[in-house]
Amino acid sequence: MFFSPLISKSDSVSAIMLKVLLALLPGIVLYVWYFGPAILVSITLASLTALGTEALMLKLRDRPIMPFLKDNSALLTAWLLALSIPPLAPWWMVVVGTAFAIAIAKHLYGGLGNNMFNPAMVGYAVLIISFPAQMTHWIAPHGMVISELTFPQQLDFIFHDVLPNSDTLDALTMATPLDTLKTHLHLDQPMRQILDMPIYGRFAGHGSEMVALGFLLGGLYLLASRIISWHIPAAFLGTLFVLAGIFHLVDPAHYAGPLFHWFAGASMLGAFFILTDPVSSPTTNNGRLIYAAGAGLLTYLIRVFGGFPDGVAFATLLMNICVPLIVLYTQPKVFGKKGSQP
Amino acid sequence: MPVGNDNMRKLYHFHGGIHPPSNKTQSTRATIARAPLPAKLVIPLHQHAGETAKPVARVGERVLKGQLIGMPDGIVSSAVHASTSGTITAIDMQLIAHPSGLPNLCATLIPDGEEEWVPRKAIDYRDHSPAGLQHLLRMAGVVGLGGAAFPSDLKLSLDRHKITTLVLNGAECEPYITCDDMLMRERAAEIVQGAEMLRFMLDAEEVLIGIEDNKPEAIASMRAAVAAGGHRRMEVIAVPTVYPGGGAKQLIRVLTGIEVAAGVRSTDKGVQCFNVATAYTVHRAFAHGEPLLSRIVTITGNVLHPRNYEVLIGTPIAELVALGGALPDTDSYIMGGPMMGFPLPSVQVPLVKATNCIIASSKKIFPPPPPVMPCIRCTRCADVCPADLQPQDLFWFAQSREFGRAQAFNLFDCIECGACSYVCPSHIPLVQYYRFAKSEIHAREHDKQLADKARVRHDYREQRIEREKQEKADKLAAREKAAQAARLAGAQPLTAQQQAEQAELETSRAHIRELAQSAVEHADEGTTK
Amino acid sequence: MLSALLVMSAIAAVLGAVLGFAAIKFHTEGNPLVDKIDDVLPQTQCGQCSYPGCKPYATAIAAGEADINRCPPGGEEGIRKLAELLGVEFKPFGEDAVPKAKSLAVIDESTCIGCTLCIQACPVDAIAGAAKQMHTVIASECTGCELCVAPCPVDCISMQVIGEKIANWKWKYPVYAMTATT
Repeated sequence: MFFSPLISKSDSVSAIMLKVLLALLPGIVLYVWYFGPAILVSITLASLTALGTEALMLKLRDRPIMPFLKDNSALLTAWLLALSIPPLAPWWMVVVGTAFAIAIAKHLYGGLGNNMFNPAMVGYAVLIISFPAQMTHWIAPHGMVISELTFPQQLDFIFHDVLPNSDTLDALTMATPLDTLKTHLHLDQPMRQILDMPIYGRFAGHGSEMVALGFLLGGLYLLASRIISWHIPAAFLGTLFVLAGIFHLVDPAHYAGPLFHWFAGASMLGAFFILTDPVSSPTTNNGRLIYAAGAGLLTYLIRVFGGFPDGVAFATLLMNICVPLIVLYTQPKVFGKKGSQP
Repeated sequence: MPVGNDNMRKLYHFHGGIHPPSNKTQSTRATIARAPLPAKLVIPLHQHAGETAKPVARVGERVLKGQLIGMPDGIVSSAVHASTSGTITAIDMQLIAHPSGLPNLCATLIPDGEEEWVPRKAIDYRDHSPAGLQHLLRMAGVVGLGGAAFPSDLKLSLDRHKITTLVLNGAECEPYITCDDMLMRERAAEIVQGAEMLRFMLDAEEVLIGIEDNKPEAIASMRAAVAAGGHRRMEVIAVPTVYPGGGAKQLIRVLTGIEVAAGVRSTDKGVQCFNVATAYTVHRAFAHGEPLLSRIVTITGNVLHPRNYEVLIGTPIAELVALGGALPDTDSYIMGGPMMGFPLPSVQVPLVKATNCIIASSKKIFPPPPPVMPCIRCTRCADVCPADLQPQDLFWFAQSREFGRAQAFNLFDCIECGACSYVCPSHIPLVQYYRFAKSEIHAREHDKQLADKARVRHDYREQRIEREKQEKADKLAAREKAAQAARLAGAQPLTAQQQAEQAELETSRAHIRELAQSAVEHADEGTTK
Repeated sequence: MLSALLVMSAIAAVLGAVLGFAAIKFHTEGNPLVDKIDDVLPQTQCGQCSYPGCKPYATAIAAGEADINRCPPGGEEGIRKLAELLGVEFKPFGEDAVPKAKSLAVIDESTCIGCTLCIQACPVDAIAGAAKQMHTVIASECTGCELCVAPCPVDCISMQVIGEKIANWKWKYPVYAMTATT
């Protein structure tokens, strides 16, 4: 016998996750457009690994397998991780990162709904700490480097670590716009000169800024369909904008402007897809503002003053730790206990 | 936050709410019909919040329509009457409409078809004191007909609070239910007069009648009745259709802006709220001298002829279902709406004062819930919660039986409206968890009270035993002293009286030794157990 | 040197006075821990813990002489509360102490000979009656401790489990299958 309410909105975890996956598509399409199809290989690889690991863990934990495999949450983790690491990363890195994310960061914490940290970001953190060199194999956008790998050659590299005879890895890949900026600023080059390099486009990295735009589009779709609330993206991007703006105004020669920070690195992906992960983010609206503002601050600090080129992943993980406390201190006032009334 | 409306009146907004499909039009196409007299009535003696009424009719007795068969017992209680004339054939435990599926005390009445009334006495309420009117309502068995069945007379007891606003609840926000809608369409004048009587008893300044704007006919009819009756400071207000806008707290908020927190009486804030059907019943009680014997009930859902019927209290639900013509694939019957109702343990249970709607349920209308997934903390539940709670946290605490924390997170502010469960993408029966946690907490508080009482009684007993021992010892000592004094006084032979005293002394000593021995034995018994 | 001594003595005197004052002002009667433990115990006074009542058991727990899992009427919930109060690990019931359904003592009035032995045994004075008169249990006061059962010379007292009624009915913990339907 079941009890009221007897009706429910036809919605499900699986449908929500599917919508998030769909929202990633514009960004992925642009990714392929500018950087070639290698990213699809790592997304596929990550997806298969995620589903396999998920099924294995569910089996080990003696949980029903099909409903959970169909909830699309493992796929989402896989996609986010694949989009965060270089497309030319060797296959075993994708597998290790994804398996770690699903097995350790998700299932050892109790599976769907119980993980304290964003699994994709845990996977990313493991990879960047363990394999820092491979994590810099970013493909250059079309027309940036002298020789480009064909798709079969890329596959060869991903799966067999084999490059065509004539090429060296350095000629084929390049650092990210954020990384390049950091390196050149260290060499005391003026900002204007650095940004004139071909790797930079309209606001940030050539090509990568368009991918970020794609993620922004998908994010707006998520906002419009009420999958996510405005609090996290607004507070994250707002904080990043204000911080970058202030530093840029004070010393434009050494600090990139707010738009650069918005469209470089994982800002957009983080603002709309990573920080908004409901499981590992706060449940109160005020808490979301604090959480995302904190992540924005940390991201900026890590990017500008820290040792890693991008800070979204570590900012997310650090703020994940604070979530229970943030939620505890941002409990909304309940009906009738709000004070001001007519 | 005011919202726009055509009432020229500032309305307020409450947090959250949902818009489920209303499914109301099916049952409003036909007018209210009178259900035929059933062959048997089973009248529960506990149809209201509070104490069960004390049966005052005898088995085998012929009772008249409107005759008292259950006397209010205790402060929170109400009267129960014979719904028609006939013979009481049993007063025993019978299955009733309760989610537990447990039986309760009921009177079985076989109607004689005469419909012979007890003498009825109509009164002019203006000639009576509010306290006198309250007693009349109590004895007329008038309870809130919105669903909670709280005795209405108690809601009219005012302790020094000035009531500014009387809110009449005609919102009827739950899907499927249309009994108030039809009552307002067809019997608006009586409702409005009932409201006037309630206003008199409360000494309230204004009357606000809130009706959701998906009931234009009811609004028009009520407005016409207010205008025709020349009622001053009484206003029919169309409120936005949003579930649970018909919750008393929510309606009071929308109409007056006042939020009544859990555990606070609305009268403390100068507002009181009654259901429109209750106002109608109050009018019947005063203007016609009729106790509450029938009510309007919607039969809808998986039936051929969804409609509203005026049904006698105690009518088996099966009779009503037959009138509606339940379709063959009907698998259960819901009392109340789909959001807050519950499945009846049997279709034979009697209709009670709180029965506003019966929905024939089938797999097609209410498909079994999809498999439950873990909570992903998406907070859709928090977005729709009309009490501004954090349902995902309450769920967590209830699930892990952390009742203290659930209470600290305002579990008892939950009105169990079900909006959270409605939107949950993981299909978690959230309200079910809250009901579980609430009744566990209540049970614990009850146990605690019992324990405290037992402790007091035990302490008292220990003290008493101690005192008795002391008294006995003192008495003994005094006697021994006296005896010694006597011995010292001279070695004369003991008189017969002295001998008797001596013997008595010996027996009391023996008794005390025995007592001491038994105490030791008792202790032994304890340790070896 | 002298001034230092004076200052130190003055400080000592002031602090001593404050402490002395506090000791009087905030003096608590009895042992607060025992009372707190006693508060958690169900007060059935049944002696199943091997102590002659709830208070003695509470005293023993406070003194560290007794385990926290000796009180079947308190249930596992009771152990959990004690564990939380004392900051120790939860300890399940041993095999000799198993919680039973809450019940009431009922006297078969036709068999009762009015010996008053049960009245003397009842720890909460829940049995009414006098010598040579029939006795009866005041149901609302009975804690279900069973202490009256053994002394009865004619075995006319039985323990009846309190069944589920509408008045004491509780909503159950939601149970559902989290299974694949496909």
